[in-house]
Amino acid sequence: MDKNDFSAYVYADNAATTRLSDTALEAMLPYMTAYYGNPSSIYSFSHESRKALSAARSDVAAVLNADPSEIIFTSGGTESDNHAVVGAARANVAKGKHLITSTIEHHALLHTMKQLEKEGYSVTYVPVDGEGTVDVEALKAAVRPDTTVISIMMANNEVGTIQPIAEIGAFAKSKGILFHTDAVQAVGHIPVDVKELNVDMLSLSGHKFHGPKGVGALYLRKGVRILPLMQGGGQERGRRSGTENVAGAVGLAAALKEAASQMETEAARLKALVARLDEGILKIPYTKKTGHPTNRLPGLASYTVEFIEGESMILHLDIRGIAASTGSACSTGSLDPSHVLMAMGLTHEVAHGSLRLSLGKYSTDADVDKILAELPEVVALLRRMSPVWPGLE
Amino acid sequence: MYTEKVMDHFMNPRNVGTIEDANGVGQVGNLKCGDIMKIFLKIENDVIVDVKFQTFGCAAAVATSSMATELIKGKTVQEALQLTNRAVVEALDDLPPMKMHCSVLAEEAVKSALADYYQRQGLDPIPIVGCTGNCDACHSDHAHDHGRSDEEE
Ligand SMILES: Cc1ncc(COP(=O)(O)O)c(C=O)c1O
Repeated sequence: MDKNDFSAYVYADNAATTRLSDTALEAMLPYMTAYYGNPSSIYSFSHESRKALSAARSDVAAVLNADPSEIIFTSGGTESDNHAVVGAARANVAKGKHLITSTIEHHALLHTMKQLEKEGYSVTYVPVDGEGTVDVEALKAAVRPDTTVISIMMANNEVGTIQPIAEIGAFAKSKGILFHTDAVQAVGHIPVDVKELNVDMLSLSGHKFHGPKGVGALYLRKGVRILPLMQGGGQERGRRSGTENVAGAVGLAAALKEAASQMETEAARLKALVARLDEGILKIPYTKKTGHPTNRLPGLASYTVEFIEGESMILHLDIRGIAASTGSACSTGSLDPSHVLMAMGLTHEVAHGSLRLSLGKYSTDADVDKILAELPEVVALLRRMSPVWPGLE
Repeated sequence: MYTEKVMDHFMNPRNVGTIEDANGVGQVGNLKCGDIMKIFLKIENDVIVDVKFQTFGCAAAVATSSMATELIKGKTVQEALQLTNRAVVEALDDLPPMKMHCSVLAEEAVKSALADYYQRQGLDPIPIVGCTGNCDACHSDHAHDHGRSDEEE
């Protein structure tokens, strides 16, 4: 096979990023060539880009049940998370310096919290149960008079578990604590209504729902004051300086509108594909599904495969034309396996053999067929050379 | 990320398996760290006439085990004792810095099997083989124990 020919490649890593949808691409193109004016300029040539940015903002707001003035475009999920947590923490130092989050957040959130700890904030990391659901009682018990921000992700990127955000939001509201949710994996895949969820801040990222990379948004509820991260020309009403990524915002909005309009049928289709994956994969001995059995993202399937190591599994799948991911140490860039799987109580050895398959808009039944044909062979091959494989009696 | 040699030895590992009548067997690493290597030696008249391995671990762990077995096959025990992790890395046209510990583990697996061989001969392996690094700590500590500086963290 030609190394650069991916026409027959099965892409099952949509939680990492997605292919841009054709609709989003079409929507973006004019704003890179025909209407490239700076939206802040006053001449007529910039009207089109200004109008497009404003329409994109309205579209995003409509999907989230927010007001356009509550949407700030950013460079992605990471920036939105940083902005929300750092900005809210810094704006509320007069009240206190205690923050609450969970042990299974994305590093965009966890590393931000670690940085704030270095700056003198204290952070409580609320545990999760074996299915990856945040312990709401522990969260409630963690609140102190000086707690200013709670941040809990809406859906986990490794195991797909959906968190009780509306319940936590109602609680935070009753305590007068700002509540942020990292909804990067949720938006475009499951219904997200900022009012129903009782959130003050919400992060989303275009490339997780077939929009472009490097563009995201932060929902900031009217009346909530947080400090900006970026200082400069005062774009986004002073909340996020820097010349706007017009084409990016347009693409994000187009992809989001499309995803929202197809959500119900698409979720049902993905669930059926995942059910087929489950059925086939769980037939392999010593495999288990991870995350919540039902309350989970429709397209994300995560497993543990005992007695083999994740990186080897991923590379063998790659050679056979399948992209998947793992939380094994070798893939995390550290010597420890995924913090999410460890927080869920998995042992190191089991966590080293984790496998995540995440399907999307372009995934097909044939993709699932291919995965189910290749994966059992890869597992068998690696187990045959594993000194810890007990064999099957 | 990996060189072609590493990928070749990962995809087509040489000498995978076990030896029924091995007279030197060594296992290093642990599951917690995510790599385990087990090496089986068949030694006759001080010559390694057969060698096999089993490995649980990443591509680098498989490739370094495979290469280490290739480097000692047919060699005398004394020659095999001279195997270094550097030699394994060079034979593979390099490893990413994060994966250097795998080559250390491969060297230790060979030494551990050789130590077992000496033990079976009624000889104390420590003065001959030295520390086989079969300690409980994870990789980074192996490098420290051995005073190696080639591991970047
Ligand atoms: C839950 C979650 N939060 C944040 C991010 C970071 O988003 P981005 O890659 O857009 O910066 C990701 C994706 O990598 C994610 O899955």
